[in-house]
Amino acid sequence: MSLKGKVALVTGSSRGIGKVIALKLAEEGAKLVINYPVADEAESAQQVVEEIEDLGAEAIALQADVTAMEEVKGMVKEVKQEFDTIDILVNNAGITRDTLLLRMKEEDWDAVLDVNLKGAFNVTKAISRIMMKQRSGRIINISSVVGLMGNAGQSNYAASKAGLIGFTKSVAKELAPRGVTANAIAPGFIETAMTDQLSDKVVEQMLSVIPANSFGQPEDVADTALFLASEGAKYITGEVIRVDGGMTM
Amino acid sequence: MDTLEKIQEIVVTELGVDADEVTPEASFIDDLGADSLDIVEVVMAFEEEFDIEIPDEDAEDIGTVQDAVDYIENAL
Ligand SMILES: NC(=O)c1ccc[n+]([C@@H]2O[C@H](COP(=O)([O-])OP(=O)(O)OC[C@H]3O[C@@H](n4cnc5c(N)ncnc54)[C@H](O)[C@@H]3O)[C@@H](O)[C@H]2O)c1
Repeated sequence: MSLKGKVALVTGSSRGIGKVIALKLAEEGAKLVINYPVADEAESAQQVVEEIEDLGAEAIALQADVTAMEEVKGMVKEVKQEFDTIDILVNNAGITRDTLLLRMKEEDWDAVLDVNLKGAFNVTKAISRIMMKQRSGRIINISSVVGLMGNAGQSNYAASKAGLIGFTKSVAKELAPRGVTANAIAPGFIETAMTDQLSDKVVEQMLSVIPANSFGQPEDVADTALFLASEGAKYITGEVIRVDGGMTM
Repeated sequence: MDTLEKIQEIVVTELGVDADEVTPEASFIDDLGADSLDIVEVVMAFEEEFDIEIPDEDAEDIGTVQDAVDYIENAL
């Protein structure tokens, strides 16, 4: 129970990688805030809360669209009321709107940058003061290997995920004197709803460039997040850890 | 409580210094040992306490406790 008593907020944690990260942190004793963007996902968020309670840990579900600063502030306020503080923030909320640059609409660009990059800014800004004041905290941003390598058809997504890495490093520099670390995880191809949409042809192509010869699981990302949240990672900051089976060495 | 007293109280909590160190002439950086992040925190605490907005350009000019008193009394 290495995270006993710690409070963790994972954005976009009603499903996918965020959910698995939340469960993993809860298994180690953390109190969890399950965040979801729209009322449609309230039920699945509540289910995650129940799964966490079954593990014997505490959790609450809070609706907030990370792109809306006021909603984010409201969420952080509620977390403070419920759990007093926030020790671990995982910026996991993310979307894709894939298409070639030539066909990419301005809305596709804005929507992806808004959630993936501005969303992380909003939530990090809202909690940074709490962490600074308590002289400890862990910020973990879920980037992507696409942010490091680029990917045809994902110029918006790649820009947002590369931006998130620059953001992570700057925050790491600003907050290091206050005992707060900020790191990024760059997953490769992880099997979730996000990647289920890809065609068999694309899937086959991807496998051929992964030395591990298999896709990653949300647990692989969650284990890395758990490590970065743990006491043992206190001297690691501004780092980007790839979890990609060797795809992008 | 007057402005100076309120400011002294905030500085004591934010910077963890002794109350008698927070004289009007005291410089946040040189006398009270504040770094740039401390200054941001102190300024944000002033903004909250006095319900005012202190732009970065103005914050840069606040070097001593008296500077803060003058600025805030002027802004109120
Ligand atoms: N699956 C992969 O292969 C892969 C690879 C690299 C990086 N990632 C990143 O991992 C993260 C999680 O992805 P996933 O695969 O679990 O996808 P997913 O679509 O299952 O999960 C994304 C989550 O973000 C939430 N979300 C979307 N917009 C939001 C908003 N405005 N406010 C709050 N929450 C919002 C969704 O509700 C959802 O719960 C994303 O940042 C994604 O870019 C995924």
